Amino acid sequence: MAIPNRKSTEEIAHGIRRRVFFHSMRNNGGYLSQACSAAEFLALMYNEVLNLGAPTLPMTPKPFMGVPSASNPDAFTGAGYHGPFAPEYDRFFVSPAHYALVIYSALIEMGRMGEEGLEHFNRDGGSVEMIGAEHSPGMEVTTGSLAQGLSMASGLAWARKRAGEPGKVWVFMSDGEFQEGQTWEAIAAMNYHGIDNVGVIVDVNSQQCDGAMSSVLDLGDLAGRVASFGATVQSVDGHDLDVLRKATSAFEPGKPLFVLANTSPFQGMSHLKKRFPRLHYVRFKSAEEKQDMQTEIARELGISETELEALAHG
Amino acid sequence: MVEIVNRPYASAFETFAVARPEVLCLSADLTSSCEVDGFRDRHPDQFLSLGMAEQNMLSFAGGLAMQGFRPFIHTFAVFLYRRPYDQLINSIAYSNRKVRMMGFLPGITTPGGITHQAIEDIAVMRAIPNMTVLETGDATEVETVLEAADAVDGPVYVRILRGQVPRLFSTPFEFNRLRTLSDGDDVLVLTSGICTEEAMRAAAALSGHGISVHHLHASTIKPFDRDGLVAAMRGKKAVVTLENHIITGGLGTIAAEIMAEEGVGIPLRRLGLNDTFAHGASRPYLMKKYRLDAKALVDAIVSVLGHSVTIEESELEAVRLDEVHSSAKAEAL
Repeated sequence: MAIPNRKSTEEIAHGIRRRVFFHSMRNNGGYLSQACSAAEFLALMYNEVLNLGAPTLPMTPKPFMGVPSASNPDAFTGAGYHGPFAPEYDRFFVSPAHYALVIYSALIEMGRMGEEGLEHFNRDGGSVEMIGAEHSPGMEVTTGSLAQGLSMASGLAWARKRAGEPGKVWVFMSDGEFQEGQTWEAIAAMNYHGIDNVGVIVDVNSQQCDGAMSSVLDLGDLAGRVASFGATVQSVDGHDLDVLRKATSAFEPGKPLFVLANTSPFQGMSHLKKRFPRLHYVRFKSAEEKQDMQTEIARELGISETELEALAHG
Repeated sequence: MVEIVNRPYASAFETFAVARPEVLCLSADLTSSCEVDGFRDRHPDQFLSLGMAEQNMLSFAGGLAMQGFRPFIHTFAVFLYRRPYDQLINSIAYSNRKVRMMGFLPGITTPGGITHQAIEDIAVMRAIPNMTVLETGDATEVETVLEAADAVDGPVYVRILRGQVPRLFSTPFEFNRLRTLSDGDDVLVLTSGICTEEAMRAAAALSGHGISVHHLHASTIKPFDRDGLVAAMRGKKAVVTLENHIITGGLGTIAAEIMAEEGVGIPLRRLGLNDTFAHGASRPYLMKKYRLDAKALVDAIVSVLGHSVTIEESELEAVRLDEVHSSAKAEAL
């Protein structure tokens, strides 16, 4: 059962962009472009696709309780914000851990984490880390050394399938992770072992840290490459909720499902285009640039003068 | 004479795993080389072939462990930590997952050369938080290490011996406890893995020349039986370590750390690969060339004690080794 939520998926997507915008303006920079590309499909995943139970961790995130070890019973993971581990529920692994701010914003929009959670962002001793750690809200495993999430999800999914559990394992990946050899090792293993209870949603924004992927190491025909292993591949407009809805339910027996969400890194914040191709982490170079971005993006997001005033004084 | 056991791991693993359905056997295209081909053929439901793709295999094992399975990964030791080190850290060690890594062909036990010889694995694995490191030294330990490893709440790395393995011990693998193989007054010798048999020869030969060796065998490398080592060092004139590994980060370093921390002011000599890679050749040739054998140990002991005894190799080869029937009995000597 999903938690009751009166917001539409469109509203949640808009809310994600607004929250990331406000946070980035307050902190003179942030992972703005990741909110632009991922807002729609993350809103859809949390609001419609994932079958998650009610959160098991407090709305206000706990402080960091130490690293996992045999002698630390207090260690926890952020999986609790995705609800309990139970046979019927899905798991959701966030592989590109630098999307953390976007995930936190989505959890707040969904009522899974309190708004105050973002005040803990990147704060010493807290669990709401800048690059999501295993203990950060919504993070279930250690990722962000990229391309390990898919392999871990495959192992978990194989084990869940053997146990006869109906819940799926979903993985959110970035397209940059398809430069890593491990991703292709994992895809081969998923197909060889018929792991068909894994769904993968990929942010194909064609960007990476150095800039446009075509200028760094081009992936070629990504959809064709993934499909050639025998996986089901849906390559769709990552901002069109109707086609994303269909694509995320296109599971076929014996095959993993890959939804390639083709996105724009400045969707909903057109003014970010001025920063192209350096969009990975937007840090404002001057007060003028920040003011210009703030005014223009606020206008596009429909943020009022009053709200901006509050931002200036908050 | 010492009994030679053929493929002790193969039958031990099968017996162990069939009694535990939550144990899975993972392999990366080295199934027969790791003596689990028979297991694969007879128990396909407990076997997962993951191909030559170790990065995926380690992360995949982390996922299996999340669901309560205990994956036993089988491959050559080098392929468990060199190629997939990042996966070992982030998908297994950090989260303290119960993944058991069975590392075959430790050190110079393979003629495969630099690509196949895990000579710095213990140094690397010891440095990883949450990791437990075990090393087998004979057939009995190979047969009984599985239960000890599987009782650990966290990831475990085990150096496994394959093929024809001598049986030196009659008592099973005991977690975090040094085995006393001989008691003596002059020098403490600390060895592990295949070097222990060499040290047993050396100790026997030296006793005939009036040098009394206290010989300890280490099979739990991390954690380490500090109390056992400190007690044995008491009253000795020197400590000599011998390991099938580089001398940085392994058994010799452990002894050095403990001696420094405990203020044990006697000389220490560390034998092993000394800041060098090896190359492809037979085990006896490499053990002689890189000073990992009984002769090297004898020379080091004689030198550190300032004796003028000369022991020829022929004398070492003539030493008759018997199974150590009980470590408790040896300690009580």
